[in-house]
Amino acid sequence: MSYSGFRLIKEALRGHSGWKPAWRNPEPQPGYDFVIVGGGGHGLATAHYLAKVYRKSRIAVLEKGWIGGGNVGRNTTIIRSNYLLAGNEPFYELSLQLWEGLEQDLNYNAMVSQRGVMNLFHSDAQRDAARRRGNGMILHGSDAELLDTDGVRREAPFLNFNNARFPIKGALMHRRGGTVRHDAVAWGYARSADRHGVDIIQNCEVTGFRIENNKVLGVETSRGYISAGKIGVAVAGSSGRVMSQAGMRLPIESHVLQAFVSEGLKPVLPGVITFGAGHFYVSQSDKGGLVFGGDIDGYNTYAQRGNLPVVEDVCEGGMALMPMIGRTRLLRMWGGVMDMSMDGSPIIDRTQIDGLYFNGGWCYGGFKATPASGRVFAHLLATDTPHETATAYRFDRFEKGLMIDEKGVGAQPNLH
Amino acid sequence: MIIPHPILGPRDAQEFVYLGDASLLNRPDWQAEDASSAFHDYQYQRNNPAGVHRELWFHEQGDRSWLVVTRDTTTHEILKAELARDVALAGETAK
Ligand SMILES: Cc1cc2nc3c(=O)[nH]c(=O)nc-3n(C[C@H](O)[C@H](O)[C@H](O)COP(=O)(O)OP(=O)(O)OC[C@H]3O[C@@H](n4cnc5c(N)ncnc54)[C@H](O)[C@@H]3O)c2cc1C
Repeated sequence: MSYSGFRLIKEALRGHSGWKPAWRNPEPQPGYDFVIVGGGGHGLATAHYLAKVYRKSRIAVLEKGWIGGGNVGRNTTIIRSNYLLAGNEPFYELSLQLWEGLEQDLNYNAMVSQRGVMNLFHSDAQRDAARRRGNGMILHGSDAELLDTDGVRREAPFLNFNNARFPIKGALMHRRGGTVRHDAVAWGYARSADRHGVDIIQNCEVTGFRIENNKVLGVETSRGYISAGKIGVAVAGSSGRVMSQAGMRLPIESHVLQAFVSEGLKPVLPGVITFGAGHFYVSQSDKGGLVFGGDIDGYNTYAQRGNLPVVEDVCEGGMALMPMIGRTRLLRMWGGVMDMSMDGSPIIDRTQIDGLYFNGGWCYGGFKATPASGRVFAHLLATDTPHETATAYRFDRFEKGLMIDEKGVGAQPNLH
Repeated sequence: MIIPHPILGPRDAQEFVYLGDASLLNRPDWQAEDASSAFHDYQYQRNNPAGVHRELWFHEQGDRSWLVVTRDTTTHEILKAELARDVALAGETAK
């Protein structure tokens, strides 16, 4: 069933009695050509592009819980293409372009809203770095604008410009960046994949891999054995756990990132504002809640909750940046487990085991990557060659000294 | 989280800086034949278990000692804290 304005009117006239479930709930088949492990944004997007762009069939997505219950439903929904390094920016620019056409591609309203992302700076050195990053972005076909203090004041007059430690000296403005309704991304990709024949199998946890002569034959799951030609693992925060079942260690640690949302307010924020120096970023959802967050807690964890010191730290950052936030009440807070890689960049690559492919290491920035991640992972699965925008995302980059260290912090997953 | 410091008693985890897996105490032999691959594994690869994890915490805001803390990564329960020095000298760090 296609969604359209016409369909909406028709359904409104007959009491919304004609809507069908957005995807089937099939029983697992004994075998598939492609099995995607993980029904988050990346797994579902991979299935969608495999079926739609690469015209593959006999595809299943196996999800241990319900789709959208992982980080794709827990993030703060920011999308942007404002990376500096050559290994990264073409990939994120592809992603932003796919976001721009996503709703037509999926026939689903994902509420893609390019309301702008503003990264504040507070010193000459930071201004130089922002200018350099902006030029890098423009050279890669993205957009960037350097704002001075008055430019920021025009966008967001309510900020505290005269903070003694971090006075606002300007910002790098990325107008095509913004936010997307995160759950709708999972649902939209799931519905589209399903319409292209993909089996989305929920409540199906992968508990092991059957590997013979260094070739993967299938997966053991909580719903029985499923054989597979090729297996793509895209389980984000569970990467270490799942790949250890194939005997692999990864350059990844799992950490928790917390997020917060306030009660609903009238529109006050024009777009996304990041205050990196104060470990705080904020946007306003279409429902009116201020959605904000800060740093990871900083220790290994698989518990999808964090601790109070980071709550305090984030709220202090918020008060320092926009004191008016002190008048609003916090509605909810939660945490998600993230796959923090050693250089802060992802891995999309074959493994040493034939037929087993890996997609992970997204740190706290994998939501914006969802369309491109699915597109390039599908490319890798379908063609066995890396997509041209993802040639740097290899396992062996650490061995070869080819890290993609966007933040320049070295091998420290708890600093990214 | 409260870390039971072996000398100072219960201390808030906020006083500490986290480094990661305690296997970082086992620096490979730089003269070994396979030193370059051993250092790659040492520097970048992690077990990253869901469950009991032995890890290094530095008491930066306290006595500046390094501890090996045994903690459950699924519940945040802290099971044990030892001086990293004692662990290293006993040669029994997490492999
Ligand atoms: C608080 C927070 C804020 C964030 N903010 C942003 C942001 O503003 N912008 C941005 O770009 N990114 C952000 N991120 C990061 C982003 O959410 C993630 O990088 C991204 O969602 C990860 O990819 P995914 O959607 O595929 O992951 P998930 O949705 O986590 O998907 C992985 C799936 O695998 C399943 N799985 C795990 N183990 C198994 C198994 N054994 N068998 C079967 N299935 C399994 C899980 O149940 C899960 O559904 C944020 C993350 C958090 C936690």
